[in-house]
Amino acid sequence: MTATLDVKGLRTHFFTRAGVIKAVDGLDFSVNKGEIMGLVGESGSGKSITGFSILGLIDPPGRIVEGSIRFNGTEIANASEDSLQTLRGNRIAMIFQDPMMTLNPVLRIDTQMVEAILAHEKVDHATAWERSRDALGLVGIPSPEERLRAYPHQLSGGMRQRVAIATAFLNKPDLIIADEPTTALDVTIQAQIIHEAQNLTRRTGTAMIWITHDLAVVAGLADRISVMYAGRIVEQGVTDDIIDHPLHPYTVGLLGSVPSANKRGARLFQIEGMAPNMLALPQGCAFSPRCHRANEACKVEPPVEDHSGRSLRCFNPHPDGRLT
Amino acid sequence: MTDASLPHSAKVETPFRRFVSEFFESWMATGAFITLVIIIVLAVLAPWITPQNPYDLGQVDVLDGRLPPGSQAFTGYTMWLGSDGSGRDLYSAILYGLRISLSVGVASGVFALLIGTVIGLIAAYAGGRVENVIMRIVDLQLSFPASLVALMLIAILGKGIENIILALVIAQWAYYARTVRATALVERRKEYVEAAQCLGLSKMRVVFRHILPNCMAPLIVVGTVQTASAISLEATLSFLGVGLPQTEPSLGVLIANGFEYMMSGRYWISVFPGLALLLTVVSINLVGDYLRDVLNPRLKK
Repeated sequence: MTATLDVKGLRTHFFTRAGVIKAVDGLDFSVNKGEIMGLVGESGSGKSITGFSILGLIDPPGRIVEGSIRFNGTEIANASEDSLQTLRGNRIAMIFQDPMMTLNPVLRIDTQMVEAILAHEKVDHATAWERSRDALGLVGIPSPEERLRAYPHQLSGGMRQRVAIATAFLNKPDLIIADEPTTALDVTIQAQIIHEAQNLTRRTGTAMIWITHDLAVVAGLADRISVMYAGRIVEQGVTDDIIDHPLHPYTVGLLGSVPSANKRGARLFQIEGMAPNMLALPQGCAFSPRCHRANEACKVEPPVEDHSGRSLRCFNPHPDGRLT
Repeated sequence: MTDASLPHSAKVETPFRRFVSEFFESWMATGAFITLVIIIVLAVLAPWITPQNPYDLGQVDVLDGRLPPGSQAFTGYTMWLGSDGSGRDLYSAILYGLRISLSVGVASGVFALLIGTVIGLIAAYAGGRVENVIMRIVDLQLSFPASLVALMLIAILGKGIENIILALVIAQWAYYARTVRATALVERRKEYVEAAQCLGLSKMRVVFRHILPNCMAPLIVVGTVQTASAISLEATLSFLGVGLPQTEPSLGVLIANGFEYMMSGRYWISVFPGLALLLTVVSINLVGDYLRDVLNPRLKK
């Protein structure tokens, strides 16, 4: 079976006046049908750029310089604008972080949803409208007919994100890229949205990439987790393995900085230092200046190694995944 | 549901309804708007409510010439605003003149808006060299006073109502292009545009269905102000004798006609058409000002 999405050696660089920013620098991952992959990392680690690279929406001065993106077996890296346009919103859909910003403020909800259907399918307006209404019902919006006639400003943030999710699922895509879809929402709504998304992927068999900076979110949601740092995936594996036995010091740090009930009163772990300047990355392992296990070996870029079923880029992995 | 926000039976509050109710909060705006509506209604209804058709030479009698306001005309009716040198009833002539002035202003405003909007959107979306060329042409055009551009064009094109409109459009499209481009550049960077692209909508659709409607607020404001200035520009050209011909007297022509009588005390021939022009332009500008206040979120209290 071919994976829904298979990314190999993806490099997306931005050629700015100040220098080349290697936002995504050699990514390998794949997502299968019905699978949710959590893409975790700090802001600026290249998570969102990965999503936009898949959709072919990297604007100059950036471009995909290398690598392959195979979608259902077809190469789509640097594909023509026309062929990408038929994929976007149709086979690959995207959900954004801030639902306040992603709906056009002057167009009614139905206008925007119907438009998404009509862009890819020749159906009449009434059919498209009914499908939009049913989609809103599916994501748990009460009285969907009324919401359809509303303007975005009349809906709450959670409601708008539901609309965005419903819109993403409208054309029954094979892959959904969710870019921090719950970051802008409060916790109760966040839980509901995660629940809806999980439900829908299970029911429709859609593959999903869930981009987030919050390991706690993907711990209960994703099948597999890829941890990104400075444009590279540093650790990748099955969710439970990674959560229970993190190997990369960065993953260990991320997990340690999630407040949890069983360590009440204990000091939260924090990763020292700042996310690296993407214009002047440290030599070798980009995480080494912040890493308490770094030694001389880390002056060389660590290769991707298979480590009992997961891939890892580290010379000095944590033996037991305990925090120090 | 925790996040239900719409009262079920309430009327849907469209952006338009909200805008209307905010606009009419100000009595100045309301007054200017009502004045403007009255002026437009009078102009449109002119043929049915005026005692005389000033274009029909059969109805104009030279013996009625230069009568002061309130005089009795030969044909029986009262000339409340007096008559001009060739015996036209000024009240009738002003309403007919308003018809011409308003239609010239609106027609040139609409055409300039359409052309300027499309060019501005192309500049904003295409970027690079296309944008540079377009915007340098706009800069060049805006560095000349509009009246000078219009004067030169009339000199080349010749008189006549179509030529006047054409000249006004050429003199004014650049204002719209600059406004639209500036707004579209801001809107383009917003996330809903990215989201629309992610839905697989075509470029044309994103530009015209998503970006353009969000540029409407400044466009409406510039549109009203530019229409007012088109009307006064046309009056200026006509006053200078290069605008509309004597047979189609716009307000500018009427003012020019009465100008020679000013010194002999027959003020009404120039003053009343002048007042009509003033009232029209001021009320349009006031409406434009308040539109700007209402539509610009930064000026909101």
